[in-house]
Amino acid sequence: MLALLPFLTYAQVSVKHFLVVSAVLFGIGLAIALSKRNAVMVLMGIEIMLNAVNLTLVAFARFAQSAQPIAGQVFVIFIITVAAAEAAVALALIVSVYRNRGTIDVDKIDLLRF
Amino acid sequence: MSGFGPVFSFYVLSALVIGAALMVMLARSIIRAVLFLVLMFVGLAALFVLLTADFVAVAQLLVYAGAIGVLIIFSILLTPQREMRGMETRFLAPGVLAGLAIMGIGIGVAVYTSWPVRGGNGFATTVGAIGDALLNRYALPFEIASVLLVAAMVAAIVLVRGRGVDEEREPTAIPPSLVRRER
Amino acid sequence: MIGLSEWYDLRDLGNPVHALLQWIDGWGDGSTFHWVAYIVSGLIGAAAIGLFLGVIMLFLIWLERRAVARIQIRRGPNRLGPYGLLQPLADALKLMQKEAIAPRLGDRVVYTLAPLVIFIPTLLVFAVLPFGNKMQVANINVAVLYIVAVGSATPLVVFMAGWSSSNKYALLGSMRAVAMAISYEIPMVLALLAMVLWTGHMDLNGIVHWQQEHHVWLLFLQPLALLIYFISASAELNRTPTDIAEAESEIVAGYHIEYSGMKFGLFYAVEMANALAVSALIATLFLGGWWLYGLDRWVPGYLIFLAKTLLVYNLLILTRGTLPRLRIDQLLAFAWKYLLPLALVNIVVVALEVLLWQQNGLAQEVFFPVCVVVNVALSVALIVGYSRAFDRRKIMAPRRARLVQDPLAYMPQ
Repeated sequence: MLALLPFLTYAQVSVKHFLVVSAVLFGIGLAIALSKRNAVMVLMGIEIMLNAVNLTLVAFARFAQSAQPIAGQVFVIFIITVAAAEAAVALALIVSVYRNRGTIDVDKIDLLRF
Repeated sequence: MSGFGPVFSFYVLSALVIGAALMVMLARSIIRAVLFLVLMFVGLAALFVLLTADFVAVAQLLVYAGAIGVLIIFSILLTPQREMRGMETRFLAPGVLAGLAIMGIGIGVAVYTSWPVRGGNGFATTVGAIGDALLNRYALPFEIASVLLVAAMVAAIVLVRGRGVDEEREPTAIPPSLVRRER
Repeated sequence: MIGLSEWYDLRDLGNPVHALLQWIDGWGDGSTFHWVAYIVSGLIGAAAIGLFLGVIMLFLIWLERRAVARIQIRRGPNRLGPYGLLQPLADALKLMQKEAIAPRLGDRVVYTLAPLVIFIPTLLVFAVLPFGNKMQVANINVAVLYIVAVGSATPLVVFMAGWSSSNKYALLGSMRAVAMAISYEIPMVLALLAMVLWTGHMDLNGIVHWQQEHHVWLLFLQPLALLIYFISASAELNRTPTDIAEAESEIVAGYHIEYSGMKFGLFYAVEMANALAVSALIATLFLGGWWLYGLDRWVPGYLIFLAKTLLVYNLLILTRGTLPRLRIDQLLAFAWKYLLPLALVNIVVVALEVLLWQQNGLAQEVFFPVCVVVNVALSVALIVGYSRAFDRRKIMAPRRARLVQDPLAYMPQ
């Protein structure tokens, strides 16, 4: 495989490559968010999905034709801010639920009262 | 982007990011999953640097790797389960299928669309432009974001405080045990 | 002799390096061997930083032990070599030949990885510091923010070390260190932000050039920011008086209890290297870096930089030797309730001053002395007034005992 390295000199990376990476990340994040039992793991899947979207936006800010290319990065700054706020509130909720129910297994927290 | 440097870094960093995300799913214990998540954040910050978004990369490191990583770790320690493993629910197969489906759709759209691309070498420096945009054109979302952050902080503190854990009572004439406490 | 920039002008070690790289670039037909120059420049930078850190840490260990000993009216190491100068070498040899006893662990990979990863932020910070006019390994546009971001990864590695030790005291110490680190990051960022507001540059060489152009050290213009940054940074470094997380008499060395041999040596070295990085950063931002009012035409810039760094490091040693240790709740209250409002007020004042200066185009010779006087007076007034207005009784003597919930609910099996 090391013999392929010199061929990289003629290769090119364009916006499609970054979008493919971002799509793969989004799929992995979705799989984690849907298939994990621990609520904190679900939150981790959500953070992976948000990061995939960030990657898409920054790739477009770099590559796409637009009147204001910096808008992609500004949007990413806002997403990072909102993700931080959401992670804080989500984790506070998880700790609260743990104190009331003794567990954060999402399979077990399915009734409002018991 | 062409040339050996950017292409090689792109492939290495993408492998790192995707590998770390996969390991978040497959890690044996939940603390290892968090550490792989932080590794993914750092790899993504490096990808941002490759895309000449220096301020966003540094913000990603600061907020995600520095703050959100610590936040997740603290909340894992505050909510101990009997087995600290990232076990799956019975929705493992449908979840993975849904992830693969979205992945497929995303890859299809990415590869089969002709994106209007501009040439050039990307941004030389972005801090000035981002600051300018945040204060002139996007001033309203900026202010709303700050209000949102304050609301989130207050909400997180109120939620975690519990029921009057930190209340300080003045010494009263009635002994505390006889004072009626409301639940 | 003064204005040379040839390769033999060793007043700035970047000159021979640049000449070498240009010569390599010129090989072949001028465009095929760029990558060789790139690799060579990376190797030279890495080797320079490694060599510098290795040599100066030996000296710093000796300096710290002798200085702290003199403050405590004793001698310090004086057996090995003249004045004990070979002591750090003996320390390193001792640590290398020790048996590395590891406890029975759940997570051996994280345990082994923690002392290695904790060195990375330090090296990354040193890569951005300008040792001279052209002696900077990497010139990043957002260097100030980069340093803060890279330093914010340290609490995570401290947690890794404390968690994988499967030891209650290690976990407790690492949690305290993490809580302190993230609390003191905010006043630190705000103090650095004041610097960025004044100079309009975020890259460190730009800040030094600004100080050179305007013939003023940022220390004079911003004493409050220097104080806030000094205190926050020394709290981030886990040095006395803020080393509650790892002090030997408090918590049996905190998050590096279970590390012995060279792994502990790495933690110890990283602590020194971090202190040196903070001193170098203060020397660059506040004291003018490699520039000293024109002295850098005769004395090489890196020697001036080294002298200033060692001066600030001596200040750190002084605070370590003379101040008692603070409790963790005192430290956290100090960060959130005292330093943060001060830093915010400082930013507002700086923004006002910069606005006045730039909008009215005031002459610099008139405006800066006025600024200096106003800033110093304001800093003194703020510190004294805020301390008095602050209700100190609530913090140091609570009216009744309060149960503080700490995140120690789980211990790994």
